[in-house]
Amino acid sequence: MNILSVQDLGKNFGGLTAVKDLSFKLKQGEILALIGPNGAGKTTVFACLSGFLHPEQGQVLLEGKSLRALSPHRICGLGLARTFQIVRPFLNISVLDNVMVGAFLRHKSVAQAREEALKVLDFMGLARLAHKEAGGLPLPQRKRLELAKALATGPRVLLLDEVMAGLNPTEVDELIALIRDINQRGVSILLIEHVMRGVMALAQRVLVINYGQLIAQGTPAEVVGNQEVIAAYLGRGLGHA
Amino acid sequence: MKRLYLLLGLLLLVLLLLPLVLDKYALGIFVMIFFYAYLGQSWNVLTGFTGHISLGHALYVGIGAYVSTFLAQKFGLSPWLGMLAGGVLATLVALSLGFLGFRFGLRGVYFVILTISCAEIARLVVSHIDAVGSFSGIFLDFKPGLANFQFRGNLPYYYISLGFMVLGSLAVHLLARSRTGRLMVAIREDEQAALALGVNTFKYSMTTIGISAFMTSLAGTFYANYVYYLSPNSMFGMGLSIDLILRPIIGGLGTVLGPIIGSFVLTPLSEVSRAYFAKGGLEGMHLVLYGVLAILVVLFMRQGILVYIKRALKPLLKLED
Repeated sequence: MNILSVQDLGKNFGGLTAVKDLSFKLKQGEILALIGPNGAGKTTVFACLSGFLHPEQGQVLLEGKSLRALSPHRICGLGLARTFQIVRPFLNISVLDNVMVGAFLRHKSVAQAREEALKVLDFMGLARLAHKEAGGLPLPQRKRLELAKALATGPRVLLLDEVMAGLNPTEVDELIALIRDINQRGVSILLIEHVMRGVMALAQRVLVINYGQLIAQGTPAEVVGNQEVIAAYLGRGLGHA
Repeated sequence: MKRLYLLLGLLLLVLLLLPLVLDKYALGIFVMIFFYAYLGQSWNVLTGFTGHISLGHALYVGIGAYVSTFLAQKFGLSPWLGMLAGGVLATLVALSLGFLGFRFGLRGVYFVILTISCAEIARLVVSHIDAVGSFSGIFLDFKPGLANFQFRGNLPYYYISLGFMVLGSLAVHLLARSRTGRLMVAIREDEQAALALGVNTFKYSMTTIGISAFMTSLAGTFYANYVYYLSPNSMFGMGLSIDLILRPIIGGLGTVLGPIIGSFVLTPLSEVSRAYFAKGGLEGMHLVLYGVLAILVVLFMRQGILVYIKRALKPLLKLED
């Protein structure tokens, strides 16, 4: 059963092709990683899936329903939430208030939203920071807050854009455990990640894109041994000369 | 928090009793304090809480003033009802402006320019309509009476304007604590991030500008019936648009008490210095003083005076953050 299905996705910026003929499926309950060198178009794919950009070609189906021309808040309402690579906390309000904004999507009353937000904060290990202003958090906590906000919207599919970047190995391991936990609660996850430690630990399948096109896919172990992938990241070595 | 409400209650009691010891001139100053606090609060809803910067809020003051006055003079309608009619028209105008701005993604300076242009267009249009006095404006006939919203002396105006300030601030306080209010703040902090969390930013921006314009226009009706004279320049002009935003900025943007504190600081200063400088032949000097004060606050107290007052009173009131 595919929860998210992407068919022939294409997006241009002027003359530049950012994404071309990209098709893939995210299975129900799966963790799928999207990797590729800098500028490969990964974040553009996320923007197209979450409604921040409208692709010129192809279509995106969430549980069989087309997301064409829907605005980001509608897509979030349908159960697809995203985080931003450059985290975007609401700086001048408390951590709790930040997460409540997400919780308001499914909870109309302030008291219910607060309760839900506290649950999420507790789960994310941020409970003791609930009343701190978000602007005062260091990066590792901001990354968690970014995830907590998205989680509070009650998603079925979560798009995580480099949530592990800039963290030390201990913090990465903690986040891996949390993401696995989220996944086991029934949330399907698509993640963009450069931290291979995270990809290897979490992903059941990996998609590799370069210049906006799919160049390889398979299990993490298959992909890291793939010559095309190595070439995309490092260039072709002397052996090919 | 309880102690804060107690303190505010006490201050309100003092304000209710204050006219017992004030003369007409002092009452007039307080009317202006309350009036500008309410106006600032109305603008604060849109700009302080939701973050859409309007520099054309005189537009709604003008609509409130002109609609109620026109209806009173032409059809003998009580300004109290005219005030509601003005409020409805102001809301409709604000929603059209908001639609252009929010639907088509005008943000930052472009939204500011849109608000200024609409206010200026209204000023010029009204300046050319003979039915509302064109350039020279309208003098209101003095017909004292509760139904006519006109009174002898400043005392009734004192209580009406106090009521505006208190009820307006209470409404904004309740709004700020509601779901809508919290989503408004999310839009101010980061509109894209709010969208990503499922917030219909367009809908809430429209709601906010509607509320803000409605509240602002009520003050226009009050003002017309307090000064008995309206002209396009004084009611729709850029001067008023700027004047009405200074108090919340100085007091504390996006806070309920900010516009009130800002008005208590700035309005007496403006009124007293105006009279003082005029005596010395330096008309307009109070505006310079204004400007200097605004610059100082922006430079050294960026979050407004309220933050410092709160900090000072923290031990006494047992405030949380």
